[in-house]
Amino acid sequence: MNTYKDIPLTGYRRENGRVGIRNHVLILSVDDISNAAVEGVGNLIRGTTTLTHPYGRLQFGEDLELTFQTLIGTGRNPNVAAVVVIGIEPKWTDYIVKSIAETGKPVSGFSIERYGDLKTIEMASRKAKEYVQYATELPRVPVKWEEILVSTKCGESDTTSGLASNPTVGRVFERLEKNGNTLIFGETTEVTGAEDKIMEQCATPEIAAQFKAAFDNYQELVESQGVSLLGTQPTEGNIRGGLSTIEEKALGNVEKMGRCTVVDFLKPAEEPKKPGLHFMDSSSAAAEMVTLCCASGAVLHLFTTGQGNIIGNKIEPVIKLSANPLTVETMSEHIDVDLSGLLRFDYNLDGAADRTMEMMAHTINGRLTNAETLHHDEFVITKLYRSA
Amino acid sequence: MKKGILLHEATDDVGVAVMDLKTGEVIGVATLEGKDVKQIKLVSDVPLGHKVAMADLPADKHVIEYGRTVGCATAPIHAGEHVHIHNIKSLRWAASKSKVLEK
Repeated sequence: MNTYKDIPLTGYRRENGRVGIRNHVLILSVDDISNAAVEGVGNLIRGTTTLTHPYGRLQFGEDLELTFQTLIGTGRNPNVAAVVVIGIEPKWTDYIVKSIAETGKPVSGFSIERYGDLKTIEMASRKAKEYVQYATELPRVPVKWEEILVSTKCGESDTTSGLASNPTVGRVFERLEKNGNTLIFGETTEVTGAEDKIMEQCATPEIAAQFKAAFDNYQELVESQGVSLLGTQPTEGNIRGGLSTIEEKALGNVEKMGRCTVVDFLKPAEEPKKPGLHFMDSSSAAAEMVTLCCASGAVLHLFTTGQGNIIGNKIEPVIKLSANPLTVETMSEHIDVDLSGLLRFDYNLDGAADRTMEMMAHTINGRLTNAETLHHDEFVITKLYRSA
Repeated sequence: MKKGILLHEATDDVGVAVMDLKTGEVIGVATLEGKDVKQIKLVSDVPLGHKVAMADLPADKHVIEYGRTVGCATAPIHAGEHVHIHNIKSLRWAASKSKVLEK
């Protein structure tokens, strides 16, 4: 019984052909000091989605590039119909506008210098109003499973993660890979002990080498700070839950990739260029990782949790799955898919994957996730080093 | 006979208790795909989420879970025995050259 297959999918087909499952009109801050103007527009115009953040000034090098790539990628995400960009000065504002405009979606920029907040808010609000009316006229159209770019990550893991919820995502990913979906996983920092397995599943030695370089680079950064992850993994909580070694914890984590082949390595926030599973170099902090997935164009996220991570994202809906009966019971408002039946032998892995894909289908069609209803709008830019 | 242990791979050395298991109980072992594999008699209490040995494992044996090595036995382990930090350790600890770890 595969009921998810019987659910017709609808979404928003964007100018570049990509499919979104939400229809946000985004009001985007280029930098920290433009947040007030962004919120001003959001307060005036119904139907807008504001994104503010604490960075964007006096960053340099790779760190600056990643901040801008995160802002640009979020604006380009197919869950966004149109974008109003607000920054303090025109140069960076225009840069972000131009990069988003490549997708063909409506985007306009406003810079505050020479106008002040109030005039900027007025001009940007008129444009935002126009965009909201444009976006609300866009119809949902039939879309296919393979057009949905899906990402995954786990958080607050326990033994039920490696045993049930992560293998369930793995099974879903195996099905989507066969469909021709584009898929993303990552967490460079949390795969220690399973890096060999990831490398074995890479399509070519070159991709494996790219992954290994990112992995080694991170290990060196950690060691340069005089700490050892091996001394902290698994955590005391993990050990109480039954995890004995770092290898065991990592192998449970990478169950999310199933038996899929890693077809490419992505830098943080980089957009995938082909179908198949991608490893993205990324932090394991939940909000940072999901923000990077969203910036790389993922439109739907599968987040597995044992003890109950409550993460959400403003642009990319996050479906949370748990097989821990206590978490499902005590944090029911956060858990979208209850997989505890897998541990009671109520259904097998395929049954668990069916339940998950049914919830994915409803979410694609517009059903708000628990995180969306609870305003879990986390948007956290990964900062690589301190600003000038 | 109740089912109470899940195996990632049918050939794994250890399975995971999906409920609190008591010494002397005979428990059914199944895979995630739903295939019944065997029955095993518990020789120690094993809490939910913890591992149970599927066969006698000699000391120093690499312990297989997820079809891969998750550590090394530090003592002989009997079939049906609780497998955790008291009788298995990471191979990463031994291999690491980290100064922090040598302290």
